[in-house]
Amino acid sequence: MRVKTKRRLRKDDLVARSVLLPTVLLTMIFVYGFIAFTIYISFTNSKILPTFGWVGLQNYIKLFKLNHWHTALKNMAIFATLYIGISTILGLLLAIMIDLNKFSERVFRPVYLYPMAISFIVTGTAWKWFLDPGIGIEQIMHAWGFASFHFDWIKNSDFAIYTIVIAAVWQVSGYIMVIFLAGLRAIPHETIESAVVDGASVFTLYRKIIIPQLSASFLSVFVILGHMAIKSYDLVVALTSGGPGRATELPSTFMYSYTFTRNQMGVGAASAVFMLIVFGIIIIPYLKHQIKEDIS
Amino acid sequence: MTIKETLKPNKAFEIAIVVLMILFAVFFLIPLYLMIVNAFKPLSEIRGGNMLALPIKASFDHWKTAWATAQIGVQATGLRPYFFNSIKMVIPSVLISTVMGSFSGFVLAKWRFKGDELLFGLILFGCFIPFQIVLIPTAKVLGILNLAGSTTGLILVHSVYGLGFTTLFFRNAYKTIPSEMVQAAQIDGSDFMGIFTRIILPLSAPVFVVSIIWQTTNIWNDFLFGASFGDATSQPMTVALNNLVSSSTGVKEYNVHFAGALLAAIPTLTIYFVSGRYFVRGLTSGSVKG
Repeated sequence: MRVKTKRRLRKDDLVARSVLLPTVLLTMIFVYGFIAFTIYISFTNSKILPTFGWVGLQNYIKLFKLNHWHTALKNMAIFATLYIGISTILGLLLAIMIDLNKFSERVFRPVYLYPMAISFIVTGTAWKWFLDPGIGIEQIMHAWGFASFHFDWIKNSDFAIYTIVIAAVWQVSGYIMVIFLAGLRAIPHETIESAVVDGASVFTLYRKIIIPQLSASFLSVFVILGHMAIKSYDLVVALTSGGPGRATELPSTFMYSYTFTRNQMGVGAASAVFMLIVFGIIIIPYLKHQIKEDIS
Repeated sequence: MTIKETLKPNKAFEIAIVVLMILFAVFFLIPLYLMIVNAFKPLSEIRGGNMLALPIKASFDHWKTAWATAQIGVQATGLRPYFFNSIKMVIPSVLISTVMGSFSGFVLAKWRFKGDELLFGLILFGCFIPFQIVLIPTAKVLGILNLAGSTTGLILVHSVYGLGFTTLFFRNAYKTIPSEMVQAAQIDGSDFMGIFTRIILPLSAPVFVVSIIWQTTNIWNDFLFGASFGDATSQPMTVALNNLVSSSTGVKEYNVHFAGALLAAIPTLTIYFVSGRYFVRGLTSGSVKG
């Protein structure tokens, strides 16, 4: 009897492994195999199609000499800093307010979060025309009697990147709110209570007692926003297509145009590898930490 | 006990917060409101007037144009065929990735073997990567498989790159099922499939809903894969909408653009407002831990 059970358990182990196998194989090919392929292409002279003529680091040297790439990196830095900073503050503020208003959670949470459910192309369309000086907010202010109101950021190459920030923050803040809300609800209330007894004001309470206890939520938020910032693509395409000129070009749009429309696939691949490295620096330590914590 | 009950904020403070929350609600609703009111207005009312104003002469015509006759790329088909392309793409890829995810999630939650943590980490990493890093080989492989520009090719891509998320959802859900239940069933003589169908599946309804909603929303809203690997016969709704809005020829028909944008948003918005609770669960699992 015992032997029979043992044999069956061994068979189960085999079944379990074979059930997992398709997912593992597909991941190994489509994620890791493909990453390896793109890295390889970044060292070749590929133009329209992948080719295998080895050129060493030439594509990387070329990439970092391109003004176009410098613009993309500079925009990424501006965008990521503002996007991460503003969404974090706004998301935290919304979470604190919702937390203080139990009844309104049912009303306000869906309203703050719904942008996450729709495509960036849809929201890009809405913001594109809302910010357009010809028909959007400028005209609205004129209609309300502010005749001298002027707002043309989306058409202005010095300011267009900030319109991407506005739309992106609008889309993601509800998500950040949800994460902070979960963090706020997990704080043991004893620590708060004793501070209240000590007569701390609401602001001190948040600043000194509550927000410092949200460090795990802050970490999640920074990682989520960081990797979303690197991946931002659709919104730029819909809102400005990288323009005016190259004013809103990001590494993601750069990669796409060099690979598929400018026929410099080697340079495009090198830019993708750069994106992956930045992404890896942000996410690998985080995943390691999370999985470890999860096991223990 | 909540922070609020401990703090006991006074009335004035509470009112101030509600006012602030309403102001933010207005900020979040403006783009949606804008799309809705302007989708019903004639062009003259949009160009000459206030975008925030309600329509004077409301009509459904622009919706019909966006749906059936607007110029998308070279053809005046409206968004209708692309809407169905999206449906044909979303349904199979959601089902495939969800079913595969439930199996692999179960194994990773309840079976211990060497390197299981690392394997889970590797699968998880795959769902967050910037997809630019796989575009070139994916295009090449779809070409080799003769799937370039086809709905089948997009289904393959979405199924594969959805596996990380679905595996994560199911693994986390199945972790909460006590291992004793699985062991007891093993002792009673159930085999792998028996345990899965009799013990695990009956407890899986919520996580299936989370996975299906998350995958549907993500795949419906995808643009990068659709734009890279679709052609006129298979492009999804998001790509067609972008073609409609950013086409530089002719008069800009803002009302048609807004109607089209809403048509692209309605399926996922409906899911969101009907079952937002599950969408939120997907979002918080997406941050690995809630």
